Amino acid sequence: MKRVATAATLIALMLAAVGTASGAGTHRSAGATKLTVWVGWSARELSAFRKLAAEYQKANPSVALNVVGSINDDKIVAAIRAGTAPDVVSSFNSYDVGVYCGTGGWIDLSSLMKGSGITTSMFPATTNYYTQYGGKKCALPLLADAYGLYYNKTLFKKAGIAGPPKTIAELTADAKKLTVRNSDGSLKQVGIDPFIGFYENVPERWILPWGGTYTDSKNQAHLATDPAWSKWLTWQKQMIDWYGYKNLVKFQAGLGDEFSASNAFEVGKVAMNLDGEWRVAFIKAEHPTLDYGTAPMPAANPSLYGSGYINGTIIGIPKNGKHTQQAWDFVKWVTTNTHALAEFSNAIKNVPSTVASTHSKEIVPDAHFATFLKIFANPKSGTSPIEASGVSYTNAVQNFATKWQAGSIKNLASGLSSLDKQLDAQVKQAKGGGVP
Amino acid sequence: MERRRARRRAAWRRRRLVLLLMSPWLVGFSVFFGYPLVMSAYLSLNHYDLLSSPRWVGLANYRYLFTVDPQTWTAVKNTLWLIGVLVPLQVLSAFGLALMLARARTGVGIFRTIFYLPALAPPVAATLGFVFILNPATGPVNTILSHLGINGPLWFQDPSWAKPSLVMLGIWGVGNTMIIFLAAVLDVPRTLYESAQLDGAGPLQRLRYVTIPSISPVLLFAAVLGVIQGLQYFTQAYVAAGVASGQASQAADVTSVSLGYPVDSTLFYPVLLYQHGFVDFQMGYASAMAMFLFAVSFVVTLAIVINSRRWVHSGAR
Repeated sequence: MKRVATAATLIALMLAAVGTASGAGTHRSAGATKLTVWVGWSARELSAFRKLAAEYQKANPSVALNVVGSINDDKIVAAIRAGTAPDVVSSFNSYDVGVYCGTGGWIDLSSLMKGSGITTSMFPATTNYYTQYGGKKCALPLLADAYGLYYNKTLFKKAGIAGPPKTIAELTADAKKLTVRNSDGSLKQVGIDPFIGFYENVPERWILPWGGTYTDSKNQAHLATDPAWSKWLTWQKQMIDWYGYKNLVKFQAGLGDEFSASNAFEVGKVAMNLDGEWRVAFIKAEHPTLDYGTAPMPAANPSLYGSGYINGTIIGIPKNGKHTQQAWDFVKWVTTNTHALAEFSNAIKNVPSTVASTHSKEIVPDAHFATFLKIFANPKSGTSPIEASGVSYTNAVQNFATKWQAGSIKNLASGLSSLDKQLDAQVKQAKGGGVP
Repeated sequence: MERRRARRRAAWRRRRLVLLLMSPWLVGFSVFFGYPLVMSAYLSLNHYDLLSSPRWVGLANYRYLFTVDPQTWTAVKNTLWLIGVLVPLQVLSAFGLALMLARARTGVGIFRTIFYLPALAPPVAATLGFVFILNPATGPVNTILSHLGINGPLWFQDPSWAKPSLVMLGIWGVGNTMIIFLAAVLDVPRTLYESAQLDGAGPLQRLRYVTIPSISPVLLFAAVLGVIQGLQYFTQAYVAAGVASGQASQAADVTSVSLGYPVDSTLFYPVLLYQHGFVDFQMGYASAMAMFLFAVSFVVTLAIVINSRRWVHSGAR
């Protein structure tokens, strides 16, 4: 009997421990509705989100939030399929909104927004674009990422360059001036690395300052007929050939991981780099003495200077979530409350995602970060195309660019024509139309 | 009449017992092979994005696979290259090592352990190790080559060298096949070698007319297994591409950016299947790809087995 009692006590203790563990990062009140929130953040950023969730919970004791981090799209899709999706879900991949809205995996928020007086005018146009698809508003933006140019002021001074480049001609000249080679011709320091696949380099981030678009008025891919694409790709290949393709690949192979203190820009191996606003926080934490500046990416057309690529985290409610109204109340608060957005933005140094929050006095002033707030607010800034085929659309473009930079594509014009056909076929296939 | 009934009852009891004893396997086979196969065949004829209900599209997925998707033939070519190069080299090296170990007189245990040890390394760890060793900028292989005045290749970063690098990794981990060959070689009766020697057969003739015919069933096994594994080649290609492209740390994007890196040179058929199924969420289309892979595996295996009747000597014949 004594053994049974001991075993029962142990089991009770274990159950209590499990209960405590699963509720980590939340405060429970008796009788409160339990809301599970899935987010992609981890470590420091996850702690910041949990702090925000705790603040919401304190003001709304009728709900108990269980925040789960390190979630990716595979887990989200699997949970929705299995009917075990959480109440609130978020994804880093805004370009998958076409999949979530198109399939009904995330519910249309339009009626909930209307009922709560939330209008799309509260958000910048680009974020409205990447949170809808096919007439359905199935997500809202939760902070955003804006991309610009980071430049090393020490290396600029050493090379006799006064300020960041604003045109492509200046970018090319500065990049060459800032490049240092070893005696055998290999690269010791690179001005700017335009290699697709290096760190944050993907076509959609590079093409914006060149004014390139993806589709025509009939929503057919038109990369072959939009001159911006061939101009950018030609410039990019010329730069890579100037460095030497093999030299550049070998140089990159010796660089540190992007999200580590050995990041090539942070350690001065790359003098200029295309990167997101979050790098400001990384540099502050890892290399606080680095003398650097931030600016918009140099543009092919002066009217485009100041704009940049934007995307960000999206948040929504999966179709089989259990507490839709309570979930919406939290989604509404976390995506539209100026104080919440400012606080979270300060914590993880992402761009706050409503028009009002970008002007919030709570945003801690920072000259480096201010550049990205301006890029975010620029009406000519843009994002990835949102299509039914999701991320595979931009992946196909990236795949083409990697073949092009390696010299595998001999005729750019015909290559881009084939790419257009592939992109259209892919979209049709994703919509279930089969062969075009 | 009564005896016939009794015999039938006994036969039925036997059948029930056999069924009972076979039931664990039957359940496993049905749940883990039969059902997925049937569902895969059904889904291959549907548009299925995992989130909404499957919608019948007939043969559209197969038409897209064979006539539109430009990556299909790249993946098929890469897979055929791998099978054509890796499988013969794996069989030859495993067989060669087994012959040497069978002849060794001293240190047999040590050599067996050394050659078998790589097979114990998990594929992910082994691939990570190879990518590190063959890093063109910081890896020890290119450092040694540069001391010898040789400008080493870019290995996993070069479209021309990525597949050969994976082949090196495959040969390095050939221990399992080697052990099977070693057991087969040691099992060849010594009397056969002695008879051949008395007939004047030299070492090469003994290998050709005694060893190879005696172990031909094992050769067949290694060839069939190698081809099937080649058709399903995934883990090493997935890990090598992710790490070599520098995208492995970006958990959210690793699958979307680096598959097939560099320049689709490691885009094998199963990698493309994974991409369509679990990155693009087109499970209907991925199922069509899986059915095609299943059909090819079946036909290739059948062809090897039928062809093997000419060169495989089994004890029964």
